[in-house]
Amino acid sequence: MDLSSINPLLFIAGFFVAATPLIFAAIGELVAERAGVLNLGVEGMMIMGAICSFATAVETGSPLLGFVAAAVGGAVLSLLFAFLTQIMLANQVASGLSLTLFGLGFSALLGQNYIGIKPPRLGDVDFGPLGDIPVIGPILLSHDIIVYLGIALVFGVWAVLKFTRAGLVLRAVGENHDAAHALGYKVVRIRTLAIMFGGACAGVGGAYISLIRVPQWTEGMTAGVGWIALALVVFASWRPLRVLLGAYLFGGLVQLQLNLQGVGVAIPVEYLAMSPYVITIVVLVVLSRDANRAPGSLGRIFHASQ
Amino acid sequence: MISLVKRPEPSRVFSLAAPLLAVLATFVFGGLLFAALGKDPFLAIRTIFWEPLFGEFAFYYRPQLLIKGAPLVLIAIGLSLGFKAGIWNIGAEGQYIMGALFGAGAGLAFYPTQSVFIFPLMVLAGAFGGWIWAMIPAVLRVKFGTNEILVSLMLVYVAEQFLASMSLGLLKNPEGFGFPGSRNLQQYASAHNAELIAGTGMHWGVVAALIAVIFAYVLLARHRLGFAIRVTGDAPRAARFSGVNPTRLVLFCLGTSGLLAGLAGMFEVAGPSGQVTIDFNVGYGFTAIIVAFLGRLHPVGILLAGGLMALTYIGGDIAQSKLGLPAAAIQVFQGMLLFFLLAFDLFTNYRPRIGRAEVA
Repeated sequence: MDLSSINPLLFIAGFFVAATPLIFAAIGELVAERAGVLNLGVEGMMIMGAICSFATAVETGSPLLGFVAAAVGGAVLSLLFAFLTQIMLANQVASGLSLTLFGLGFSALLGQNYIGIKPPRLGDVDFGPLGDIPVIGPILLSHDIIVYLGIALVFGVWAVLKFTRAGLVLRAVGENHDAAHALGYKVVRIRTLAIMFGGACAGVGGAYISLIRVPQWTEGMTAGVGWIALALVVFASWRPLRVLLGAYLFGGLVQLQLNLQGVGVAIPVEYLAMSPYVITIVVLVVLSRDANRAPGSLGRIFHASQ
Repeated sequence: MISLVKRPEPSRVFSLAAPLLAVLATFVFGGLLFAALGKDPFLAIRTIFWEPLFGEFAFYYRPQLLIKGAPLVLIAIGLSLGFKAGIWNIGAEGQYIMGALFGAGAGLAFYPTQSVFIFPLMVLAGAFGGWIWAMIPAVLRVKFGTNEILVSLMLVYVAEQFLASMSLGLLKNPEGFGFPGSRNLQQYASAHNAELIAGTGMHWGVVAALIAVIFAYVLLARHRLGFAIRVTGDAPRAARFSGVNPTRLVLFCLGTSGLLAGLAGMFEVAGPSGQVTIDFNVGYGFTAIIVAFLGRLHPVGILLAGGLMALTYIGGDIAQSKLGLPAAAIQVFQGMLLFFLLAFDLFTNYRPRIGRAEVA
């Protein structure tokens, strides 16, 4: 067991890469859940984003266009979810699951021709001389633009939810949709927009996995990251800034587990691979006491006839 | 402008019609999907739905219906009890795996002795394995209020890693030339879940599935616990006032669904699948969720829905080899089925009306 083969700077820098898909998926889901919608289809939307971005990037040669396509793909899939839950008044848990299954299958279908192809690379942002600062340079300033976009998005969502009227209305719809409806807010419209935002973000998160983190296309490549994003929202007590904390914690866990596998630690590989999921459960238990922080109307079906 | 008016009582016609309409809509949209993929839609639908039952090799495929349908029905019955009460066990796949591991482990522990007691012991072990895996989210929910959806789901991934570790480690076949995987239980007579009537595919798992259907029907229709489940699902507050103990309900529903899923896993590994390998689980736990909803959470409905899903699995396999259709296409089909069922279910409880709804 040779721990010295782990480069600490690369290790910590790797947190950012591991955490970014989670950040995007979790912040999108947070917005949807703050609006009162429990969208279990995150995994499906992420993998749709992964294949849409991969296909677009390979066909057009531009990874950035790929990310845009991922956002569009995720949003379109989430529209199906919005249709089921807001218009057809279906149970949100079942609808989310059906969307995940559909997304997993559909993406595998679309991705058949793209297995084994290498996508165009997205370069790191060039900070110039700043990137040469000894420790901070490699850790913080050597990533691609999407990482920074993710962090900016979290702060943006935090600011919108906390300081703007639109954020207030969204939170109101999530806390008590009947009261919001009585006040004249268009609950269905607001929720649909929130769901689409969640879908777009999840799509970008998935795109990050297929274009940058891996980077290739395989069937089912998100491997449960969408479910972890859902757990992350609970972990963050539905507060945007805590999502960052949770995502880096989890990113760190994944990196640790990968590095330990590479180093030859005595623990069998499978138990190390289990650890992120087990720790997520432990964290969920410890933080379940905060369940009273959940938006009041989370998961409840809204029908405006009464 | 079309508005929705709540029906005073759920419509019986639509209760039965919604699944049929969903199947029809899936045919139509699935056909469009196949056409978009460049395959002949009518041929694809015929290959998937008609071939297994009446085609050339139907004598081979029909027993497969029982073999593939039994675990689906068994797991779905357990899941439906929970879903009816609003208790979401999404981790049936993990409980299935653990049941298989416990069952296979119990059987292989006695290798090479032959005894009539080994198989019943395996059944008990498999049921216990699934039960205990489901007890984790149950206890966490009851004691800490943790969301059982997320816990049971995380445990699926943990179970998958456990399976990999067991196939490469403790359960590995010492005479297996180094390949991962356990001994083949089909060759170990006392542990083999053999066909009871040759050529029909009916093994103990099928019997168990039928017993489970009857048990669930009687429970829901006649037993106090079944009443408690139905009331908790329909009107949680009324349930609390009428004295239903939510803790016992959660423990019972999750425990039963875990137990049945574990049984399904054990019957599968001791029978049709034969060996514990790294990826012997094929997603029955997740498909069972679709089966449960497609059967409208009613035992008889689940029996029929399980048959339909098994048909799509088999048809999908045929389509894969004959038409070059990818395996994922069937998953799309199954997702679409659930999607349309959920959509058409709206009309069971609401009636569409042209014009604005009156303000109450």
